[in-house]
Amino acid sequence: MRRPGLGARGAGFGGRTRGGWGSSPEPRTPVPGVGGGRRPKVAVVVFPGSNCDRDAMAAVEALGGEAVPVWHEGRDLAGCTAVILPGGFSYGDYLRAGAMAAHSPVMRAVRRHADKGRAVLGICNGFQMLVEVGLLPGAMLMNRSLRFICRDVHLRVERDDLPMLRHLSRGQVLRLPIAHKEGNWFATDEVVAEVEQAGAIVFRYVTPAGEVTDAANPNGALHGIAGLSNREGNVIGLMPHPERRIHPLTGGEDGAALIRGLVEAA
Amino acid sequence: MRWAAPATLDVAREHGLTKEEYELIVETLGRTPNLTELGVYAALWSEHCSYKSSKVYLSRFPTQGPRVVQGPGENAGCVDVGDGWVVVFKMESHNHPSFIEPYQGAATGVGGILRDVFTMGARPIMLLDSLRFGDLDAPRMRYLVDGVVRGIGDYGNCVGVPTVGGELDFHPSYNGNVLVNAMCVGIARRDGIFYARASGPGNVVIYLGSKTGRDGIHGATMASDIFSDNASQKRPTVQVGDPFTEKLLIECCLELMERGVVVGIQDMGAAGLASSAFEMAARAGCGLLLELDKVPVRETEMTPYELMLSESQERMLLVVKPPDIHEVLAVCRRWGLDAVAIGEVTASPEVRATFGGREAFSLAVGPLVDNAPRYKRPFVAPSASPAVTLPALTTRKWASDLETLLAFPGLGCAHPVFEQYDQSVGASTVVGPGADAALLLIPGTRIGIAATTDCNSVACGLDPHWGAAQAVAESVRNLACVGAEPVGVTDCLNFGSPENPQVMGQFIAAVEGLAEACRAFGVPVVSGNVSLYNETSGKGILPTPTVGMVGVVPEVRHRPSGVWAGGDVLYLVGPVEGDLGGSRYLRLVLDLEVGPIPAVDYPEERRISATVRDLVRLGLVAAKDVSDGGLAVAAVEMSGGDVGAEITLPDRTSVVRALFGEWLGRFLLAVPESCAPAVERACEGLPLTRLGRAGGGELVVRYGGKAVLRGEVKALSAMRETAMSWLTRA
Repeated sequence: MRRPGLGARGAGFGGRTRGGWGSSPEPRTPVPGVGGGRRPKVAVVVFPGSNCDRDAMAAVEALGGEAVPVWHEGRDLAGCTAVILPGGFSYGDYLRAGAMAAHSPVMRAVRRHADKGRAVLGICNGFQMLVEVGLLPGAMLMNRSLRFICRDVHLRVERDDLPMLRHLSRGQVLRLPIAHKEGNWFATDEVVAEVEQAGAIVFRYVTPAGEVTDAANPNGALHGIAGLSNREGNVIGLMPHPERRIHPLTGGEDGAALIRGLVEAA
Repeated sequence: MRWAAPATLDVAREHGLTKEEYELIVETLGRTPNLTELGVYAALWSEHCSYKSSKVYLSRFPTQGPRVVQGPGENAGCVDVGDGWVVVFKMESHNHPSFIEPYQGAATGVGGILRDVFTMGARPIMLLDSLRFGDLDAPRMRYLVDGVVRGIGDYGNCVGVPTVGGELDFHPSYNGNVLVNAMCVGIARRDGIFYARASGPGNVVIYLGSKTGRDGIHGATMASDIFSDNASQKRPTVQVGDPFTEKLLIECCLELMERGVVVGIQDMGAAGLASSAFEMAARAGCGLLLELDKVPVRETEMTPYELMLSESQERMLLVVKPPDIHEVLAVCRRWGLDAVAIGEVTASPEVRATFGGREAFSLAVGPLVDNAPRYKRPFVAPSASPAVTLPALTTRKWASDLETLLAFPGLGCAHPVFEQYDQSVGASTVVGPGADAALLLIPGTRIGIAATTDCNSVACGLDPHWGAAQAVAESVRNLACVGAEPVGVTDCLNFGSPENPQVMGQFIAAVEGLAEACRAFGVPVVSGNVSLYNETSGKGILPTPTVGMVGVVPEVRHRPSGVWAGGDVLYLVGPVEGDLGGSRYLRLVLDLEVGPIPAVDYPEERRISATVRDLVRLGLVAAKDVSDGGLAVAAVEMSGGDVGAEITLPDRTSVVRALFGEWLGRFLLAVPESCAPAVERACEGLPLTRLGRAGGGELVVRYGGKAVLRGEVKALSAMRETAMSWLTRA
């Protein structure tokens, strides 16, 4: 359909030498202590066209972190030890979701941060960016309905052994909203097999009872993949919006555990 | 240079001006206007900008109240909601463009209403859309529905303002004129409101946003004209939207306001730079000197005429103090937006413009803005709809009648539409689309802001006065269902040609009905919009005075629910029997559009709504307003497609009126058993009927010892899904 570079990039996933996927992990840099009552600092990158940045910052603050907005032209992450790439339409996303953002100045800092083993969470447009820069494998296609979809979906937590996922339990089913037009995760068979084998799948679309079915998959993503990590587990991207679900009045608290995990991983 | 050439009467007529209006212009100026001046006059004196046929009647609305901070006359209305917060809101039509080019027409409608709100210094927090389409099988209609929905979605989703409510309805009278009314609600601190005033001679006028192109020239005059059969030829007058730039404008303008460097601000909407320049000058009693060569353009050789009248989107006009210019330009540059000083404020009340080293025009502000013609057009008062003897309605198959109603797209489930809108960005949505009203929290607080739109146009066609009054009453009921007290109204008055005395009569009666009801409910009208000439080849739309109402919940403690749970006791508040006049039942089942439309019993409706509102706030009930389709349709909605109910109608009841009657301030309440005594006590003195209990998988209605209606709620709900499912089928 579109995305002419897909084949070439897809083939390259297994052999990538930069970034998290396919490369050997770099030595983990010790994260500075967060004692002394200081709240962990979480950078929220603000691109022109980001529209979930304020929600992400509010969620971080509500869950014990200190949210620090970082402008897209920033060269560093302002001393933060975790970073959120928020949802929205960065630079208008007129080219391809996340494609322009992948080339923004701040992305170099995000990559360095990821390469040091520090926590990176990409939500919706942020997930699309992580895929575009190659920190996560695969590519995002248009939803199979070819339309924007906003609805609540159920997600099964596929692993809980990563720092960011410490407050989640494997097999747990979360209910979170999605709101996107390009969330149909796709990759070559080879990459999909590698992802499955490495246990890099963090969330899958499921029925309320926790089963993977085609009907429970809102956008056509391969293997019902809603969220992924890199091989090292410090970079996670997901299409649903945990930052919108941290209060019972606004639809529940199913998003709080992931954000809290990110804050504590900072 | 054609733009500087004297404009004749023929040219004036091409611009939609009458001979009398042209002569008035010549007399005011004391000379013949040049083409640019005439273009400016024609745009500002168009029906769309000047309200020349409607203004004398709009003064009947109540616009004052203890909460009102800003009534009509600014970009949007503003109402105090407590704790130093205000809500800023307005509804506006984009009917004509949406019929010609649905995607861009609807998208730019959303863009325009967002600008009206953030221009006041408010951050937009929600959008609603009241949509009217014709028969789904009419030519182009599915294309129009699809385009409008995608246009609304793509724009609102990108700017990151949730679309949380509105209406979707269908009637053949809209076959040739669809209605797209967009409403936006924003929040601000009470001391942080900005106005569209170009005050302070010597201050600098700054152009901010997208470059000017030739799109949308004559948009205002197009929106003030009826369609002939070749409406598609007007496609070039429809603007093209860029939601990304809009998002940057929102953030940039709010930042400039927060920095305290904005004296006055207005968006360039209908009639572009012409209307924003003249209106800002008029409000301040000042003038402007504009250097049109400095206006950023995206096409070559644009003339002053085009620069003044282009309706290119996503543009703002700012007035700032000279010492602040550098700061303002630096902020705009950081947001990647074009910002250029294009002129200054002058003491003498006239707008002068230079172009290519010479004067392009010079027009006094007052005569153009304040002395626009006012018409008291001839009208014929609507006659009371004739009494019709209904056929005997005692032994029908009620279940199949209910199915007929549920299969109608205007009563069906609008999920295929809402799913294309981001409903939860902002993380403040407590109740989203599909409910009686939307409810959002002001971020960081427990203050709830509710909003709803309503209009039953069939009822308004039968009786404009009571039809319009009922729209206000239903809006009050909708807000009560989420526990909100109404604080303000915005309206969008969609009618046919005012030159038709019948239409003018409908308009006047509807305005009177709205005004009376708003006064009776104590809700001021603080903003609004009039859209006339919704007519194609001599056929006008049903009168559609859409009401947008905003309400407040001082402290949201519970998430209101519109569905019942198994075991809940079910009550009907209000009369057991509704009224069939103008009902969906008569129209869809019996193919009758007949009245009479009942009068609104204001004191009774106020008491009932206030009681329901309190019960919802306390979390004691799930409430649903009984309106379109009556109790039977309300029951299917409250079942959530999951839990059935057993309902027993009292003896000596007309089954058809009880199940399918509308109006009269009725609510369906679902109450947990333990709360039932408290609810009964709270409703003392109100008409209250215990209907039965929720449970099982079937909706069963009993009367006189027999089950008169029976159906699986899963199947009934699925029927509501079918009517619009074509929209998302890939």
